[in-house]
Amino acid sequence: MKYVGKKIGTLIMTLFLVSAAAFLAFEIIPGDVVASILGTEATPEREAQLREELGFNDPPIVRYGKWVAGVFQGDFGVSYRYSKNMNEMMPVAELIGDKLPVTLWLAAISLVLIVLVSIPLGVLWAKSGNHLLDAALGVITQASMAVPSFFLGILVTWLFGIMFRFFRPGGYVSYQDNFPGFLGYLLFPAISIALPKVAMTARFLRNSMLTELDSDYVRTAYSKGCTKERVMYGHVLRNAMMPVVTFLGMIVAEIVAGSIVVEQVFGLPGIGRLLISSISTRDFPVVEILILYITFVVIFVYFLVDILYKVIDPRIS
Amino acid sequence: MENTKYTGKTEVKKVKNKRWNKYLTAGMVMTGIAVTLGIVGFFWTPYSTTAMSAAEKFAPPSLRHFFGTDNFGRDIFSRVMQGMGTSILISSLVVFFSGAAGIFLGALTGYFGGLVDEVVMRITDALNGFPSILLTLVIISLLGIGMQNVIISLGLVFVPGFVRIVRSEFIRLRDADYIKRARMMRVGNFRILFVHILPNIFSVFWVSVMIGFNNAILAESGMSYLGIGVQPPDASLGKMLSDAQGYLQTAPWYALAPGLTIVWVVLGFSLFSEGIRRKGGTQR
Amino acid sequence: MKTCFHGKKKLCSLLFTALLVMAVLGGCADGTGESSGDNSSKESVTDSQGTASTQESTQEQEASGDMYGGSIVVGIQQDIDSLDPHKATAAGTKEILFNIFEGLVKPDENGHLIGAVASDYTISEDGLVYTFTLRDGVKFHNGNAVTAEDVKYSLERVSGLLDGTPLISTMSVITAVDILDEKTVQVTVGSANTELIYSFVAAVIPAGSGEEEGADPVGTGPFSYVSYKPQEGIVLAKNPEYWQEGLPHVDQVEFKIVGDGDTALMELQGGTIDIYPYLTNSQAQVIQDNYQVTSAPTTMVQALFLNNAAAPLDDVRVRQAICYALDKEEINEFVGGGTGSLISSCMPPTLKDYYTDLNDTYGITANVEKAKELLTDAGYADGFDMEIAIVSDYEFHMQTGEVIVEQLKKVGINATIQGMENSEWLEKVYNGREFDATITCLTSDMTPGYLMNRFQTASGKNFINFASPEYDEVYQKAQAAIDLTEKAEYYKQLQKILCDQAGSAFIQTPADKTALSNRIAGYKFYPVYVQDISTVYIVE
Repeated sequence: MKYVGKKIGTLIMTLFLVSAAAFLAFEIIPGDVVASILGTEATPEREAQLREELGFNDPPIVRYGKWVAGVFQGDFGVSYRYSKNMNEMMPVAELIGDKLPVTLWLAAISLVLIVLVSIPLGVLWAKSGNHLLDAALGVITQASMAVPSFFLGILVTWLFGIMFRFFRPGGYVSYQDNFPGFLGYLLFPAISIALPKVAMTARFLRNSMLTELDSDYVRTAYSKGCTKERVMYGHVLRNAMMPVVTFLGMIVAEIVAGSIVVEQVFGLPGIGRLLISSISTRDFPVVEILILYITFVVIFVYFLVDILYKVIDPRIS
Repeated sequence: MENTKYTGKTEVKKVKNKRWNKYLTAGMVMTGIAVTLGIVGFFWTPYSTTAMSAAEKFAPPSLRHFFGTDNFGRDIFSRVMQGMGTSILISSLVVFFSGAAGIFLGALTGYFGGLVDEVVMRITDALNGFPSILLTLVIISLLGIGMQNVIISLGLVFVPGFVRIVRSEFIRLRDADYIKRARMMRVGNFRILFVHILPNIFSVFWVSVMIGFNNAILAESGMSYLGIGVQPPDASLGKMLSDAQGYLQTAPWYALAPGLTIVWVVLGFSLFSEGIRRKGGTQR
Repeated sequence: MKTCFHGKKKLCSLLFTALLVMAVLGGCADGTGESSGDNSSKESVTDSQGTASTQESTQEQEASGDMYGGSIVVGIQQDIDSLDPHKATAAGTKEILFNIFEGLVKPDENGHLIGAVASDYTISEDGLVYTFTLRDGVKFHNGNAVTAEDVKYSLERVSGLLDGTPLISTMSVITAVDILDEKTVQVTVGSANTELIYSFVAAVIPAGSGEEEGADPVGTGPFSYVSYKPQEGIVLAKNPEYWQEGLPHVDQVEFKIVGDGDTALMELQGGTIDIYPYLTNSQAQVIQDNYQVTSAPTTMVQALFLNNAAAPLDDVRVRQAICYALDKEEINEFVGGGTGSLISSCMPPTLKDYYTDLNDTYGITANVEKAKELLTDAGYADGFDMEIAIVSDYEFHMQTGEVIVEQLKKVGINATIQGMENSEWLEKVYNGREFDATITCLTSDMTPGYLMNRFQTASGKNFINFASPEYDEVYQKAQAAIDLTEKAEYYKQLQKILCDQAGSAFIQTPADKTALSNRIAGYKFYPVYVQDISTVYIVE
């Protein structure tokens, strides 16, 4: 319990540091949001008015303080850039809430794909004494890890979208309009994310199983007359899966980051694309919350993995 | 990285010695070709990398132009050579600087521990929790677009990973018997750090350098792909790929050439490092 | 149906002819029945260099019931910057809001002004008083009729009379807006400016809607606002009570943000969008099977803008050398597929009455010897280093930059490209004026003063630091001139000064290449940045 408390403390501390660093970075970055909004049509009067509207006349520390106070009250502020209607700007929570499902579903589908493909593959790989298969799978995993995600995205688009017409590139439909269609479209970006991770996970599982197969209890089991299948699925796989689960946890963290690029390639309106465009338009309130969110997810997943490790193997302190 | 812990032992027993060298040989050949072409590309290319020719727009691959030509009629093979060289150079510098910083900080924190360790580890934790692509984006926004800034931002992003590895190795070795003995013999801290411990962590460090190098190649091409890396008209693989994306149907070779080149370089290097790692495994 | 669309259609190149349109306006649609939207004349061109042959469209006979209904998707590049028509500044936003909002007047597809909310207007002889007569039966999307109060409110809002901050800077000259009777509004301005009438395209919105009442954008245009999602797009629905009878045709139109060129291309290949107005040269080649691709000249000016205050570009000979060094024909060929119109000063040929062809000054192909000679005179026989700042998202300018770097190399100038984000560019280059050279497009409206006014020495928008007392003097004269021919003459002089002084190296007026899916017809090209969807209908 003390451990959990300490971790939560660290988490809050890190989030605080990250938010302060992001705020500072935005103060220093050249190009401000007022100029960005008004573009080449800016007049001094409009600029002054907008500056006032956005509260830029306060000193930075006051603005940061206000922002932190707002976040603690559950108020994430409003976007500088996106308007909700003629009078109001879009609240950040609403803006992100709308994009988040896209990214989360993308991550979920990717993870399902990874699990569904890599586990049978890993088992098969570990079981086969066949050197040829072993070597082939070895090269394939190495190769799939060497393909950059954006190139893979392009290849998937070209192959499945343009050549085979399995999906319509750019035919994204909103999850609110057509949920099955939405999932169907996400399948292909998910493949681009999953493919390298499938290879990594399969290899990891295979190595983990080989280690297990080598251990004394396996020999004991065999000597007690257990069948090969029983040993394989009853003992080895179960034990070998433990480290794989934690490994998958880390992959989740990587998917969150990896989806930023893939969303860009496939034109998905998720938080990755929102983040990149918000950085370039200097939409600070949006960027700040997104950065906090991503940091939170990553740290939280690592934290879960940590706990899991302890649960699985009490020897680890 | 994680799988390093689990493989070595069983491999030794199950697989014959020759097989490890296949990885090494394949990796060395692929890397050798890439590095040679890349270095040559700095001094000489079959065609100018920037000269344009309206008459030769989108020529498909042929003996004249191995990889065809692009939308400006430039020779893609020459540009791939140059881009690959730039990519390898940038990644080497990134790994060199972040590796050196990693050794320095890792040695300090791992060996001495204490407050410095606490501070450095908190910072690296925070950086680790931050997706690296995001961090590079923010740093590039701060510094501006350009090649030096790519090196600086990637260099910074890669430091925490090296610190972690070096630190854990130093922690492992600082209580080893031979170090204890050295300390009893009143060998200076500096000497222990860099003469007694450092050479012993090289086998582990090497592997992480190689993986770091691969990640640097991927990250650099990703940044160029997003338009925040090497600036045109200088060739870079990522930028070529993003330019080529619009011509996938009419000139697929334009996208395939730089894309497959990235795969070639990264694959060659990972086979190479895999070979070295396995070789290291047998000796242990 | 299809046959009449096989020829490449193009926007008519004859553009607005008179500046002061004092005649009765708005005759284009009133009471001509259902086919009214389609009886506008279309012109098609045989090649891209403007040899237009007129061809009357034969769509009228098809003007039956099945031209109505359905929904279409228009691909757009950038996100909306504001749903408030008076606050939106991005050209990409204004062209969409054109479908929701209307001003007292609006441009037609020839660039002429026609009446919209006003059916008629007069300008006093001294140019200081504008009197607008409101059209009968114009209703807002919320069902309320447009009143003189609404017009007064809208004009006061944009001119700054309401709260002291003019939302549209040209409107700040308005000193009073008076309601003469319920159908007549009189506007008084502080100084005469014959080009001001073009500013009255500013949207008319319900009185008070800028404050608390207007939760949704409410206008009088052919389409009403339905929903907007950041980064996805904006959906509009047919305004059944639109004052122009028979318009619009489709029930719903979605403006979908398709982002950068690559995503847009994927959508085009997938057939998910019906209209995409910003094709790049490469995209145009790829999609020709599924779409009709047409190109039309714009009112933009693309140039290698040179900072006249930064050494060595402060030497006129160096700037001239750069002008000589450029091969505009090659640039046009590489980045525009030869569809752009080459220019040598800051006026698009689209503004026909004011444009003067100065391409002979530096030639349209490279003159390396002349350039080197000038550089030697200026003391830069060995060339110099120069940085070209370009917003890296704009592929068109980046590619132009690549070609220019190569061309400048031939005269010994070592140019490098510095890519940057738009917000950084605005701060450093456009507002901060800290740059050597930059490549960008300036977008004009239909008034000649719009682009020329920025090159006055003291202008806040004179980001190239052009300084010529002669220019300033002639500009004042051009502004004061009432007579059209005289005015045009002054503007031609201004172009010549800018060109001779090599204020910048002007390159081209790019053409807009538009992809139209085979299932739609009736799309009208405008010389200004608008997407008029009201006349579009579905044929299949």
